[in-house]
Amino acid sequence: MMKKGKLASVASLLLCASTVLAGCGSAGASSNSGNGDEVTITYCNFNASGGHEKTLEKMYEAFHKENPNIKVKIETIAYDDYFTQMQTRVAGGKAPDCYELNIENFAEYANKNQLAEIKGSDLSALNDTARDAFKVNGKQYGLPESFSNVVLIYNKDLFDQAKVEYPNENWTQDDVQKAAEAIRKLGDNIYGIYQPITYNEFFKVAAQHGGSLLNKDKTKFTINSKENLEAAQQLVDRVQKSNVQPTEAQMGGMKDWDLFMSGRLGMIPTGIWAFQTFAENCKFNWDIVVEPGAKKKATHFFSNACVINPKSKNQEAATKWITWLTTSDKSAEIRLKDGWDLPAIKNEDALKSYLEQKNPENRKAVFDSLDYLVIPPVIEDYSMMSDILDEKLKAAASGSKTVKEALDEAQEECEQKVKIK
Amino acid sequence: MKMKAKTKYDSNEVRAAYVFLIPSLIGMVIFSALPLIVSGLISLTDWNGLDSLLDPGFMSQHFIGLKNFKDILTGKEFWKVLHNTLEFIVLYIPLMLCLSLLVAFLLSRPKKGVGAFRVMFYIPVLTSWVAASLIWKSVLSPEYGAINNILKMVGIQGPDWLLSEKWAMPAIVLVSVWKDMGFFGLILLSGIMAIDKSYYEAASIDGAGPLAKFFKITLPLLTPSIFYVLIVSLINSFQLFPQIMIMTDGGPNGVTQVMVERIYKYGFNYYKMGYASAFSWLLFVIIMVCTFIQMKGQNRWVNYDA
Repeated sequence: MMKKGKLASVASLLLCASTVLAGCGSAGASSNSGNGDEVTITYCNFNASGGHEKTLEKMYEAFHKENPNIKVKIETIAYDDYFTQMQTRVAGGKAPDCYELNIENFAEYANKNQLAEIKGSDLSALNDTARDAFKVNGKQYGLPESFSNVVLIYNKDLFDQAKVEYPNENWTQDDVQKAAEAIRKLGDNIYGIYQPITYNEFFKVAAQHGGSLLNKDKTKFTINSKENLEAAQQLVDRVQKSNVQPTEAQMGGMKDWDLFMSGRLGMIPTGIWAFQTFAENCKFNWDIVVEPGAKKKATHFFSNACVINPKSKNQEAATKWITWLTTSDKSAEIRLKDGWDLPAIKNEDALKSYLEQKNPENRKAVFDSLDYLVIPPVIEDYSMMSDILDEKLKAAASGSKTVKEALDEAQEECEQKVKIK
Repeated sequence: MKMKAKTKYDSNEVRAAYVFLIPSLIGMVIFSALPLIVSGLISLTDWNGLDSLLDPGFMSQHFIGLKNFKDILTGKEFWKVLHNTLEFIVLYIPLMLCLSLLVAFLLSRPKKGVGAFRVMFYIPVLTSWVAASLIWKSVLSPEYGAINNILKMVGIQGPDWLLSEKWAMPAIVLVSVWKDMGFFGLILLSGIMAIDKSYYEAASIDGAGPLAKFFKITLPLLTPSIFYVLIVSLINSFQLFPQIMIMTDGGPNGVTQVMVERIYKYGFNYYKMGYASAFSWLLFVIIMVCTFIQMKGQNRWVNYDA
């Protein structure tokens, strides 16, 4: 023990010396300007990049009017570079005062004690499920910046041709299967449904069948449970057995959205962020409906979190800014007006302008879906778990493994390698 | 090649030399030596890539000795990944060597238009791996890709290439050979061009045919170039990365997971920087050992008498 301690201290000395060298020349992340109580904080995000930089700027201007003593320096970084940048900055002790994280990285950061608990904010305006998605062990570590969910989007024209009734909110996966088979018969190149066989779809469909990836108290994996097997089997059968969903080879590198927009796909459960693209590119009639369930309903929810750097000297101001950004009606109004993501708030009046838009018609489904949200398990090794499941599910989808083999192997590998907490 | 006896430099010259060396030495220390040492230290910790390395208690909190190395070497994954890498090497090196030899030989003959061909074979080398990988991904697409449709014309049902567990690695090998052939071909070509013409003239007088000339003159005198190609290509093979990340991302079912791909995923996606550092040190040791063996073995077959 003695020896180890000595070695460790020598090593740490070396490490310090080197990181001092490597770290020189970087400026402080935040600064108190001496002018009264005025503070400047830095906010990093990726979501505004590629089109909504101005929207975020407008939001800040509105915020600054209400809080003249807080200045926010906004840094918008493209998604591809964002997480390596953040990793470097956090490790270098130069993280911004507050920043945005997606759910995968939120799980990693929160479980590795890199985030400050958010205290003293009134969060009653937030949608409950969205808010609770960013709790770890009962503590709030992030605020849902905006949200997206998944609905079933369908090609009305194909349903008409196949003489099948349009889907409604009471549909189950069996109804979907029947409709998909009828549509598949319309032509060699026409498919009924496309639901990617990946980690994301799997944990949702598993929930529809009453299964889940972890046991109740979130201490053990239950990936190969009976319910999960049923769920995965249903997904895989649509590819391998009834072929109402194209195999990867049949897709030939085409993206699922493109397949839908080409008019050769009956149904696609996908995110509401597809609306604009579909509205611009679909030359046929389409609409949306709440996703079908199996034993029960379960719908997806995606959100990015705004988080606080625990080492920031201006946590209070940072909390104020992200609370305003995520909960205020004003911020929601600006967001909706510019057609950005949906704010995760309860106030339906503020959301009215969204509902009034057309194409798709049935926008109510977006909010109805909120009653059935499932949230992904926020565990420590989140990315590793999702990669392992992706790999095994893909093998099952391509037919190189049976569904049982795939889930058994995923269970074993996750038990071996993945830390839950 | 004989060296002259050691020259003695006077101290003034030595001092001047150091002054000129300092700028590049500083660069080397900061950007190569220091990161090397630091990554060695990190490999002995369970650093998650987020905690600040400068925290005073960092080492005492995170030091775990050789645990990372033990975990890697006793786990299944390392051996699977090593196996995948070896599969690549076994397929890639012979194929690449034969084809670049052929290319070099064909391009060495003073025929009309040979310059244009030299450029053509070199173009893939200049193409970025990202662009090349994306194009090949579509060319190799099972149903709509060019290759399988050409095969169909002659009545062959092509495999699923990158989507098939059996064919994904061979497909990566094919693309890599296509990309690297020009570079290694060029090195071999310059080797061939450097061979003294008089050998061939003498052989002609002795009645040697083109085959005999190739195997008895060109090949033996080319061994230094071939040796260089082997060392460089072996090191490159262990460092296989961009084509994998873009074309398969390690799939299907992990058959194209290789060492650098794992190091990247562990370090930047899974936040296990200590583990990733240990992995990269193992890679370093493997490459060192392989290169050492090659260097030792060269006396048996490399001919420096040209």
